[in-house]
Amino acid sequence: MTNPGYATTLPQAGNAPFWRGLKLSDHLYALFILAVAGVVFQRYHAAMDVYEHAILAGSALSLVALGWFWKPVRLFFPLAGLLALGGIALYGDDLSQGQTAFWLKYVLASQSAAMWMCVLFFLATAIYWVGLLRRSNTADAIASGLTWAAAGAAVVWFFVRWYEGYLIGPDVGHVPVSNLYEVFIMFCFITAMMYLYYEQRFATRRMGAFVLLIISAAVGFILWYTFDRQAHEIQPLIPALQSWWMKIHVPANFVGYGAFAMAAMLGVAQLLASRGILTSHLPSYETLGEVMYKAIAVGFLFFTIATILGAMWAADAWGGYWSWDPKETWALIVWLNYAAWLHVRLVKGWRGDILAWWSVVGLLVTTFAFLGVNMFLSGLHSYGTL
Amino acid sequence: MRRLSFGRALYELLSSMRFAISLLTLLAIASIIGTVLQQNQPYTSYAVEFGDFWFRPFEWLGLYDVYHAGWFIIMLGFLVGSTSLCIYRHLPGILRDIRSYREQAALKSLRAMAHQQEIALQLPVEGALTQAEQWLTAQGYRHKRVVRDEGVMLAAKKGSLQRLGYLFAHAAIVVICIGGLLDGNLPLKVQSLLGIKEVETRNTVPVSEIGEKSKLTPSNLSFRGVIDMPEGETRDVAWLNAGPGYYVQELPFSIKLNKFHVEHYSTGQPKLFASDIEVTSKASGTVTKGTVKVNHPLIVDGVAIYQSSFGDGGSPLKLAVWDWLGAAPKPQELAAVSLASQTFRWGSQPLTLEFGELRPFNIENLEAEPEISDFGRRMQDARQVKADKKVKNVGPSIQFKVRDAQGQAVEYLNYLSPFEDGGRFYLMSGMRRTVAAPFAFVRIPLDAEFSPQGFMQISAVLHDQAAWPEIARRTAAKAERDGAISPAYRKEFEQSLVWVLQRFADGGFTALQSFLDERVPKDKQEAVGQTYIKLLQGAVLDAADLSRQRAGLAPVEFSDSYYRFLMDSLVAVSASFDYGHGFYLQPVGFEERKSSGFQVTRSPGQPLVYLGSLLLVLGIFCMFYIRENRIWVWAQEGRLLLAFSSNRRDAQTEQEFAAHSAALSSLAGTHKEEHHD
Repeated sequence: MTNPGYATTLPQAGNAPFWRGLKLSDHLYALFILAVAGVVFQRYHAAMDVYEHAILAGSALSLVALGWFWKPVRLFFPLAGLLALGGIALYGDDLSQGQTAFWLKYVLASQSAAMWMCVLFFLATAIYWVGLLRRSNTADAIASGLTWAAAGAAVVWFFVRWYEGYLIGPDVGHVPVSNLYEVFIMFCFITAMMYLYYEQRFATRRMGAFVLLIISAAVGFILWYTFDRQAHEIQPLIPALQSWWMKIHVPANFVGYGAFAMAAMLGVAQLLASRGILTSHLPSYETLGEVMYKAIAVGFLFFTIATILGAMWAADAWGGYWSWDPKETWALIVWLNYAAWLHVRLVKGWRGDILAWWSVVGLLVTTFAFLGVNMFLSGLHSYGTL
Repeated sequence: MRRLSFGRALYELLSSMRFAISLLTLLAIASIIGTVLQQNQPYTSYAVEFGDFWFRPFEWLGLYDVYHAGWFIIMLGFLVGSTSLCIYRHLPGILRDIRSYREQAALKSLRAMAHQQEIALQLPVEGALTQAEQWLTAQGYRHKRVVRDEGVMLAAKKGSLQRLGYLFAHAAIVVICIGGLLDGNLPLKVQSLLGIKEVETRNTVPVSEIGEKSKLTPSNLSFRGVIDMPEGETRDVAWLNAGPGYYVQELPFSIKLNKFHVEHYSTGQPKLFASDIEVTSKASGTVTKGTVKVNHPLIVDGVAIYQSSFGDGGSPLKLAVWDWLGAAPKPQELAAVSLASQTFRWGSQPLTLEFGELRPFNIENLEAEPEISDFGRRMQDARQVKADKKVKNVGPSIQFKVRDAQGQAVEYLNYLSPFEDGGRFYLMSGMRRTVAAPFAFVRIPLDAEFSPQGFMQISAVLHDQAAWPEIARRTAAKAERDGAISPAYRKEFEQSLVWVLQRFADGGFTALQSFLDERVPKDKQEAVGQTYIKLLQGAVLDAADLSRQRAGLAPVEFSDSYYRFLMDSLVAVSASFDYGHGFYLQPVGFEERKSSGFQVTRSPGQPLVYLGSLLLVLGIFCMFYIRENRIWVWAQEGRLLLAFSSNRRDAQTEQEFAAHSAALSSLAGTHKEEHHD
């Protein structure tokens, strides 16, 4: 025992340089993502400007980083991507295939995938509730799997829809993050992925019932928007949106919105738990608070980035990085709200119901900034009107 | 109790988080006002909205431009001040923390920490510490060894950036606010308060007549103005809206608009707005040519030129003046320019024509309401991403007001291209008396030569009292020949015809209807009404023949389409009674001259704001995702103490402590479990 080999027997402290922990599968995944990005670049680089080249590179690296950081996506993205590729291959260069080819018509065409996503999210919500109420791990595992599948359907939707746009017309196609319908699907996807991460990270699936409720609400909106308003139709981009900024500003914003929505639902769970409702079914009060804090922290970071990107875009499009446009102003209000939330938690050490209430109110403020501004206030940022 | 001096107390208050949070809340609430009340509108519209009583106090409160109001700026100033004080207050401590290993920590205080553990040491002290150092280094810790009275102390730390993150994030707020202040209009506001500058409130004065007090020189540090100009023209000033009026900003260059481009997608949405411009520097004379598009500004001499709007720039128009009552063989021609006014005499009436915008495209959605009850169709629609929208460009239109000597105006919207409906062609003319009302459209049917001439001739005859007996005679003769009426009845029939024609000429179908309502019993109204319509339908054929005869033209062969033309003519004549004026201006040609609207800005604070933004993101990242951990290992012969602290207390803190504790127990040669407290 003079020289114990602690390095071999020690538990992982999570502090070692990350690359030491990478396995063969991590490298294969990275290789796969980079190869895909390479092929995309080789095929489409002429149609992109230099910023879009940078965005492609950045997306590939972010996907690699995400896969290394959170292992399950190493399987998820390639699988969903292959399905999307299958859909694209089935289309060829004929949009009408979507109504005739079996696999497209029922599974892989963007709208079919969107409908599958809706159904799977609804199912997952119901089964998470069964799991919560009956304390059934089996039900929870099934619900978790359904949530993964729904997120996969959203990925298929995204890439196939992107391709379909170009089939409608070379000047019509664009990345599907340009209107309210498209960003709502993005919201569902991002919120689900963030939830799945925390589910694994905190090794509890009992928060799903609450988080999936807000996703289901968004899915309800998507269905109404599709069937009543035909909002799913691909529209070409108006000049104000023809910019590479859109590709980064919108997704960054929705990481923020998704995180805030999730935090609010955890706040609801915490409030119920503190009143003795479902207390023994839910994870501990502290765990709920911890996940809520983590979600708000990551949401705040991304919301900050998104708002800055928005300001930089505005400097290109509206003649100034800040015009006190209602959208900008409400983004600032949302930002101030969560800045204050984080201050009182981190600096003042507040915990408990007050933060839970605050995060629920925060979601109302965020929802107004996201939807209310477009519906009730007029301004420059009128891209997502109902 | 310690007594604080006033200055000290103020410092404590301003740099406190309580104050900062209250300020953030106030700022948020104030910001909401500006989003609910539309900002920077013309003062007259606020006066109309709030009335005289509220307009003044709201103006005094600066509610029409909240974000530049004095009190708002002062609040921002307090935010900057409070944040700066907060940094100042915490900076020394943070720097000390970053440098220090806290190696002076007393054994007693280490033992009092939440995460600490004493382990029996079976190795010599030196060997154990060397291994502990290796472990800490491998874990990314920096460390320092000090020999203390009773043993040796290893003080280690990691994640000092966490504390820097705090500095970054708070300094970012200050930097961003200063950048924003540089780009704001504060200097201008101060100058106007001191009376050095003054807003110009007169609306239509040439630039040369605007006083120097309302002009800003090109050396102005920052500005954000607008320019509107027609194709082919040059401008060297921009307009800055300010409260009740504006300032004129002289630019360091002149801009010439060579051409403005608009493109549309096949679905009718706009695809491209772009202006080809030439910018000539006043100082050097260098010419920069470029195209400004939405999202693609052109930057010249530190001034960014943005595409912001477009419209009609005053296009020459050709119009044909048709008289609803007259039978001139040819319409009068009228030359005009859009967006301009001109006098016009109609009969003895002096009128003013105030032309509005010429719109070369009018894209209308012609899609019928979908059959919403059909579930299958809805499912079908939900699957398709491509919409077969029926949109159509209905062609150019011109809007104008006709104002009489009393100042009463009637507004018209006339289309140039014929509108097709069921194989028939019409010219559309909309009319309204108030701006809020929707346009009521008259469809003027076109004859076989695609001209309104045929209709106008019929209209003239129908209005001509002298023509009615002749029309009645011809119609009656035809009716008698066809056996529709008996010869005995003919005279009475002719009288009825003249009577109906007269009623119709008094006010169209409306006049006939009001006669029915007043004079005919309810149960007979429908039958009598039908009779009137039949009489009119018969008479209009002969009226048309007569009108052609008067114009020296041969009668038209009767056909279904001719009959429909005549029925449309009746409808149009009837509608002409509500048309407001006795003439119709048919647009027949135009030479489009577009105008483009630019925003020109100079914002020297932009790099600062971006720097601040970068600091902010870095700061937030460091604060949330870097943990500031400290470890103390104190070793004495036979004993080893591990103490651990982190700026976060959560599950990960426990995990990390467990890992360190396991590692040290393992190297000390003991099993951790035995000694865990």
